[in-house]
Amino acid sequence: MRSCDILILGAGVNGLACATRLAKAGRSVLVLEAAATPGGGAGEVEFHPGFRAPALAHLTQGLDPRVARALPVAFHPALTTALQGGITVKGGAASVDAAAWSALHARLSRFAQALAPFRQMPPPIPGAGNAWSRLVRPLLGLRGLGQAELRELMRLILINVHDVGEDELSSDALRGLLSFDATLGAWLGPRSPNSLILYLDRLARGADPLLPVGGMGALAQSLAKGAEAAGVTLRCNARVARVVVADGRARGVVLDSGEEIAAKTVVSALNPRTTFHQLIGARHLDAGFHRRIGHIRMRGGAAKAHLALSGLPALADPKARLVIAPSSTAVENAFNPVKYGQVPDRPVMEVLLPSAHDSGMAPAGAHVLSAIVQSAPHAPRDPVAARAAMLENSLAVLEENIPGLRSLILHAEILMPQDIEARFGLIGGNWHHGELAVEQMLFNRPLHGADRYATPVPGLWLAGAGAHPGGGINGAAGWNAAEALLEAKG
Amino acid sequence: MSAQTHFKTPLRPSPFHPRTAPLNRLNRWGPWAGQLNALCFGDVDMEYTAIRNAASVYDLCAMVKYRVTGREAAEYLNRLTLRDAGKLAVGGVHYTAWCDDAGKLLDDGTLFRHGPQDYLICCQERHLPWLLDSAQGFDVAVREVTEEIAALSLQGPCSASVLAAAGFDVWGLKPFRMAEFAFQGGSLTISRTGFTGDLGYELWLTPDLALPFWDHLMQAGAPWGIRPIGSDALDLARIEAGFIITNMDFIPAHQALREDRPRSPLEMGLGWMIDWDKGQFTGRAALAAEQARGSDWALVGLDIPGNVSAEGSILYHDKKHEVGMITAAAWSPALKASVALAQVQARHAGGANLWVEIYALRELQYVKLMLPVQVVPRPFFNPPRKRATPPARV
Amino acid sequence: MTYDAVIVGAGHNGLVTACYLARAGMKVCVVEKNDWIGGAAVSRELYPGFTYSNCSYVSSLFRPEIMRDLELHKYGLQILPYEGGAVFTQDGGYLGMFRDHDANRREFARHSARDAEAYDVYARDILRFCRFIRPMLMRTPPDPTRLRPRDLSELLWLGKQMGGLSEAMRAQMVRFWTMSISDFLDEYFENPVIKGYLAVSAIIGTALGPMSPGSAYVLLHHYMGDVDGNVGAWGFARGGMGSITRALTESLRTSGGEVRVGQGVEQILVQNGRAVGVVLANGDEVRGRRVISNMDVKRTFLKHVPEAELPGDFVKRIKAFKIRGSSGKLNIALDAAPVFPALPEGAPNLRGDLHFTDSVERMERAYDDWKAGHFSADPFQDCMIPTMIDPTMTPPGKHFMSCFVQYAPPKIEGRDWTDADRDAFRDACLNQIEAYSPGFKDRVLHVETRTPRELEAEVGLTEGNIFQGELTFDQLLFNRPVPGYAQYRSPIKDLWMCGSSTHPGGGVMGAPGRNAAAEVLREARLPSPMRDAYAVL
Repeated sequence: MRSCDILILGAGVNGLACATRLAKAGRSVLVLEAAATPGGGAGEVEFHPGFRAPALAHLTQGLDPRVARALPVAFHPALTTALQGGITVKGGAASVDAAAWSALHARLSRFAQALAPFRQMPPPIPGAGNAWSRLVRPLLGLRGLGQAELRELMRLILINVHDVGEDELSSDALRGLLSFDATLGAWLGPRSPNSLILYLDRLARGADPLLPVGGMGALAQSLAKGAEAAGVTLRCNARVARVVVADGRARGVVLDSGEEIAAKTVVSALNPRTTFHQLIGARHLDAGFHRRIGHIRMRGGAAKAHLALSGLPALADPKARLVIAPSSTAVENAFNPVKYGQVPDRPVMEVLLPSAHDSGMAPAGAHVLSAIVQSAPHAPRDPVAARAAMLENSLAVLEENIPGLRSLILHAEILMPQDIEARFGLIGGNWHHGELAVEQMLFNRPLHGADRYATPVPGLWLAGAGAHPGGGINGAAGWNAAEALLEAKG
Repeated sequence: MSAQTHFKTPLRPSPFHPRTAPLNRLNRWGPWAGQLNALCFGDVDMEYTAIRNAASVYDLCAMVKYRVTGREAAEYLNRLTLRDAGKLAVGGVHYTAWCDDAGKLLDDGTLFRHGPQDYLICCQERHLPWLLDSAQGFDVAVREVTEEIAALSLQGPCSASVLAAAGFDVWGLKPFRMAEFAFQGGSLTISRTGFTGDLGYELWLTPDLALPFWDHLMQAGAPWGIRPIGSDALDLARIEAGFIITNMDFIPAHQALREDRPRSPLEMGLGWMIDWDKGQFTGRAALAAEQARGSDWALVGLDIPGNVSAEGSILYHDKKHEVGMITAAAWSPALKASVALAQVQARHAGGANLWVEIYALRELQYVKLMLPVQVVPRPFFNPPRKRATPPARV
Repeated sequence: MTYDAVIVGAGHNGLVTACYLARAGMKVCVVEKNDWIGGAAVSRELYPGFTYSNCSYVSSLFRPEIMRDLELHKYGLQILPYEGGAVFTQDGGYLGMFRDHDANRREFARHSARDAEAYDVYARDILRFCRFIRPMLMRTPPDPTRLRPRDLSELLWLGKQMGGLSEAMRAQMVRFWTMSISDFLDEYFENPVIKGYLAVSAIIGTALGPMSPGSAYVLLHHYMGDVDGNVGAWGFARGGMGSITRALTESLRTSGGEVRVGQGVEQILVQNGRAVGVVLANGDEVRGRRVISNMDVKRTFLKHVPEAELPGDFVKRIKAFKIRGSSGKLNIALDAAPVFPALPEGAPNLRGDLHFTDSVERMERAYDDWKAGHFSADPFQDCMIPTMIDPTMTPPGKHFMSCFVQYAPPKIEGRDWTDADRDAFRDACLNQIEAYSPGFKDRVLHVETRTPRELEAEVGLTEGNIFQGELTFDQLLFNRPVPGYAQYRSPIKDLWMCGSSTHPGGGVMGAPGRNAAAEVLREARLPSPMRDAYAVL
């Protein structure tokens, strides 16, 4: 039987970040990945002969700074966001309602910066026993906002993003963008309380969307190469069947092939529910904990569309990120039917033309369009009909905004949340391995009792997006987990 | 989902109600687990006397019962409860308990093994959501069967003789074992179990046989003075036997409003149950931590001077500091002593300089007593006839 | 003459403030625009012989400490607990609620054996949250950004409250405060009817749906009251909700206070940065050393105070204050008791709240209609027939039925309500009842239909919002009504707030009125006639 020091399950961004940090600390690390290539949600797929698309995520707000230092990745310059009517937005600059947007962006960015340090540490404990020394800096950062801004932060922290748009902006297009970006990847509409904080979290990761040079597949490869350079052993096509628990402690894994690998510590960057319900199993857990794992909400509301195009679509700026969300109400209306397992008539979406940045994505002259479409039902009554309706409704909206697009389509596919679950192990198709929602943040992420990367099973740690502070092609969760593990000498 | 009329009789009458109702001369009833239950049939002293002297019958139908069946029934119960259900032989019964994740008691009860993959849990409180949640990940079926089983508790030194007279030979039945008998085309299960600390049996059958069986048993027992008893008399007997009752001697964790109220099995003197060798069970980590750190509370049996019941009294250390509370107390007719069960802060469990303050109401005036108490082993009353097999023929 | 305090609005909170100040020896005058007293806690004869609780219709939140301090029993106040409740299902069945624990468990078990028992754990958990929040109701929120000694001591008190909980409970509570009631109920229950029934309290009065995060807190807001110690229970005020304000008025008059009806406040007089009185609609001036507004903050500061007297930031925040009309009301005089064939003969369920939305989804869809600017086609109704318990409100054998309806937007697709809209709204509600009670419409003698338009025009609640402001975290505790002004004081010296726009918010609770009075008296250095709030054991 093989054995190693630390075994990491899942070679997504968090698994690789965690592995790298541990390897740099001199630990021997083996990463097991079920797929043929590393990357997880950051991979690339040939969805039509000669046409390659980002498999799931097609942009990032940037890697966690600690991860970025350890695993350098080259990015194209930050993307401009294009809205309908020729409106463009980049950071604090908008071509309409400019003063209001810039003031709002500046204020929210200040809040995001004040909150950002909390992303780079285990969540504070809701009680005594905190490492207070570690909390001094972030708390002083909050205090440093000053009385007026601190009050405003406390008012806004759980507010809904729709109201903020109504109160602070006058352009429907900008309101739509704000609402869209806040609810991207979440399972709620902009009128839902607790939606603005998701926008703050996005800003804390980075102000503008970034595209890796060479595409998302290149990012995955850079991370994997960097990890290997740091001493990590990476093994793909190795699906874990279960975690071996003996005498109340995780002691290794058994692969689908039957091969056993022993380890001193097992770190799962997989979905927390998969980890506990499938790999560990009820008989090694307390019943209440097992039940609460089942209560972690993992509803994905986003679908992913890939179009193979015979030529360049009619885009004002082919290199921009196009957001089709004409108003905050449009975003809300696109979410409404999803609550009942139905498909929206007019979805909202984020459209990218990766082939405009990296020519290798499509044959010469041809193009690839990648779109994240919201909202899609995670458990429709008829999955096949829902997928067809979602694709048709998405294409209709795209055609309206990009006239002539349909005539260029050689091949079109849409991944519904259930498809995303099947391909990437993201339960419910939720990108964050558990909805990123206030009630599932900090010490409630993924759930109280396993919120600081250690779990009730000695020797088993969590390092995936399901853990604090969540996912988003960022790596903070994995890095934090590694630091917590090292601190605990696990 | 048809309309119901249960609101007219919120407390369900027991299958034995047509017989027990006319016998209940004082019409003294109380609620027990949603059922109408006799508190006393007419004379609590005579009912107690029947338990310790002859034969007594107590209606057990309200006892909450869950049937656990399936390939992994034993594994399931091992994860659920503190003891090793796999070690329980078919035809055997054991007293067990189960906890939440924090290692706090949810309930105690008896577990009957009817077959290799067939168990019955009998307990005081309702636990269906917890039992079903605990079943996730196990190949097992859990079903509430409370209303499908009628039960009587036949207790007293003459109980074996009464059963023999009724045609059921239980002379060879050992404590915590059960046996099946035919009765009027149906079947009767007799287990040598009980809640009185005396010789006694519990009798299990389907509700349709309840009335004929009652008549048969009462007729057979008449020469011994068999007598139905209510919970007042039973409570006296169980205190003498030192048994605890959920929601009287501890608050079940899933019902406790105040977070500091639930108690662990270690704190309730049930630490002996915990099978540390069987692997994981719910609450294990918390209980191991408690064992390492030491418990906060302890359950103790007390001997109190005099003959005044100490029910509901507060315990003091050095007559000054509150350190505990009496949860059950009685003057014991068998022992001629005032005995009590109490929760006491663990560091005072030895009983040194421990006092009880009793407020005894005597003709509209409280007589305040501050008495030194002595911690004594339980059960207070533990006659050899409880265990003797075969029991004496009386 | 100059009063010690002029109180604007004779709603329950204004009257509570006035009563306490009068008992402390102040000369107080309450001015009211309507010809009657009571604000939204009124009993009115709108059809001959029938008394309507035509706004608020049930009581639970009204603090018993206030009833005791102000001796309201002397003035006829009595709260009668509900005896049941039911939700009717589309398949012709029902789920009933019973006061008896065992009857209720057996009723729930008819729908789900598991849920019947899960309900006990659910009720325990909700009660735990109530026990945590109840002591906060009658305290002034601290300002966590100022940290003056009082703020610090209140923050420490809050910290101590939290400290009394286990870490797991704190984590669970944070989840509860921020979740949707739909998600929360999913963690306990499997049956859609049971979930539909229990979700009700999370949407009443609020512009949120049961799937909106934060709606679980709204549920708690409706559960933190009690009827005679029975936490979470609701009841009827004997003689209608006006009995509460009538008793308060009697109590006030006994302490020497005055109430002037029929003339509303036109303007709050501000001189040299201080509030010095009010000008009434007829031009009369009522002078006071302080003015205390029971009106919602939008009305107070945007309509009755010169904008120049207020800081710009404050005005901006008040303008952005969320006070959304989401509900309407039908008040119905019935010739005879309605019959609901689903219910068994003699069942007590009609002596409580009746509902027709048998799933969370139907309630959420009703909310989607509201977001789109329509009243709900399949509305949620919270119906009561108080005369099933209280014989004093109608002639014998006749009944008064109160139907609280969600959702009704403040405007229909951005335009004002018309009478035709109102009638269509009424018909949607009546038809829903008729579907479960055939012949119901034939028994109707009279209907008063109140949309947000009527609620705003008559009671003065902006947009018809019954809570004087949404109960979301951005407007709760130290954020209510706006950050920095959560201690009942306004930016203008001697202008105070005592309405439901202030902590702890809406409902016929009286706590804002009492808390405001406590602050006024503390600043005036007068001994308080208040006894301590009940301790939670």
